[in-house]
Amino acid sequence: MRAFTYERLDGDSAARRRADTTDSAYVAGGTDLLQLMQEGIAAPRALLDVSRVGTDGVTAELDGIRIGAGTRLTDAIEDPTVAARLPLVAEALAASASPQVRNMATIGGNLLQRTRCLYFRDVTTPCNKREPGSGCPAQAGENRLNAILGGSAHCIATHASDLAVALVALDAEVIVERRNGERSIRLADFYRLPGDTPHRETHLEPGDLITAVFVPIAATGLSSRYLKLRDRASFEWSLVSAAVALKIDDGEVTAARVAAGGVGTVPWRLPMVEDRLLGRTIDVATLQLAAEAAAEGVDPRPGNAFKVPLLVNAVARALAAVADQELAR
Amino acid sequence: MPVDSPVVPVALTVNGKPERLEVDPRTTLLDALRDRLHLSGTKKGCGLGQCGACTVLVDGRRVVSCLTLAVMNDGASVTTIEGLGTPDALHPMQAAFVACDAFQCGYCTPGQILSAVALIDEGHAGSDEEIREHMSGNLCRCGAYANIVEAIRTVAGQEG
Repeated sequence: MRAFTYERLDGDSAARRRADTTDSAYVAGGTDLLQLMQEGIAAPRALLDVSRVGTDGVTAELDGIRIGAGTRLTDAIEDPTVAARLPLVAEALAASASPQVRNMATIGGNLLQRTRCLYFRDVTTPCNKREPGSGCPAQAGENRLNAILGGSAHCIATHASDLAVALVALDAEVIVERRNGERSIRLADFYRLPGDTPHRETHLEPGDLITAVFVPIAATGLSSRYLKLRDRASFEWSLVSAAVALKIDDGEVTAARVAAGGVGTVPWRLPMVEDRLLGRTIDVATLQLAAEAAAEGVDPRPGNAFKVPLLVNAVARALAAVADQELAR
Repeated sequence: MPVDSPVVPVALTVNGKPERLEVDPRTTLLDALRDRLHLSGTKKGCGLGQCGACTVLVDGRRVVSCLTLAVMNDGASVTTIEGLGTPDALHPMQAAFVACDAFQCGYCTPGQILSAVALIDEGHAGSDEEIREHMSGNLCRCGAYANIVEAIRTVAGQEG
């Protein structure tokens, strides 16, 4: 690991001292950054510890629910407001990582975790995300785990966060402290598609610090299901995941929020699935037709073509599960 | 010591005993416990948070000590396997691991036991399925899983 200086920030110093060069990095839980540093993928010269700047905790506000960026995943899962009004978020977090990692990792850090693409994580191979211009062996290589949506000739790495999939379905915003004030960025606009600059992953600017995520009230209190399909029963990244939240009144769908993980280079909202649900009377055929829209625009490789039917079936299963919950309500 | 990596002080309470160290910032909590405090019960497995061999309790919560820097834990209380019981007075979970034959080579065992103690404390020992889910952060390459679940079930039953 390359040598670095360490500084712990408090609430006051965080406003003045910023990780504003490519050589400095914020750390909170450290569960991804430490792996990246151990492997030589990240090598910051300065670490600024933001775990004690006071951005933890969940607040129910008039217009939505705010989850502080410093909230540990376990604490978010166990928070009564999250459990009652954001069950999709609680379920996605409970399916993330291991109990030990959930005790350490934070909400803000989870959104910024780097991809698990085998080539990105292996410094002995080229990777455009890690070393711009070096190439993307995943295109023709081992791409079973890679993306079928949102990829480019330069990168087909999936975004690894389950939380981000749930949050993008719920129209969440990322609250960012910037040098000249606070900003709110829709999570749907927060991540960049890889294009020809896969090393640029978000719209954060140097020095920006995520302080919270905010879910608007219209997206709270919905029946939901986060279905995560993976190679092992637990402690594994998703092959495909489906995040579904619905409201059904008198048999008709009045709210539909659907997103998928494990398939996109960014957390992937599925508006075409939602369009085939909204205003419709719920029945088996409608759910199936809607789920099939999840496959629109896919660009699979030989190694990950299995993800296309897996995606459709995962969305269908999650839709059916939430429809059952709603109809039993 | 590299000039841009001066040592930094860190205060920990380890198994009830106050400790003051000066560490290179790169020192993980795991390496501080093993190499500086000579508590070698905590094992280094993958070093990437995937195997759970380095599990310890920090302020009562289980963490993987390989993915956190010692300096990030300044002021914290740490419990390692050495702080749970003694050879003459085993912690109930240690006794249950012996009684249930819940290990073979033993390398993952300290982490398994710390994790198991935390799991019961968290209230996640309601069923075998729940125990398995909440022990997923601890790998055992000898495959003692069935007996590990039995040991945890036994202790949870005694405490329940």
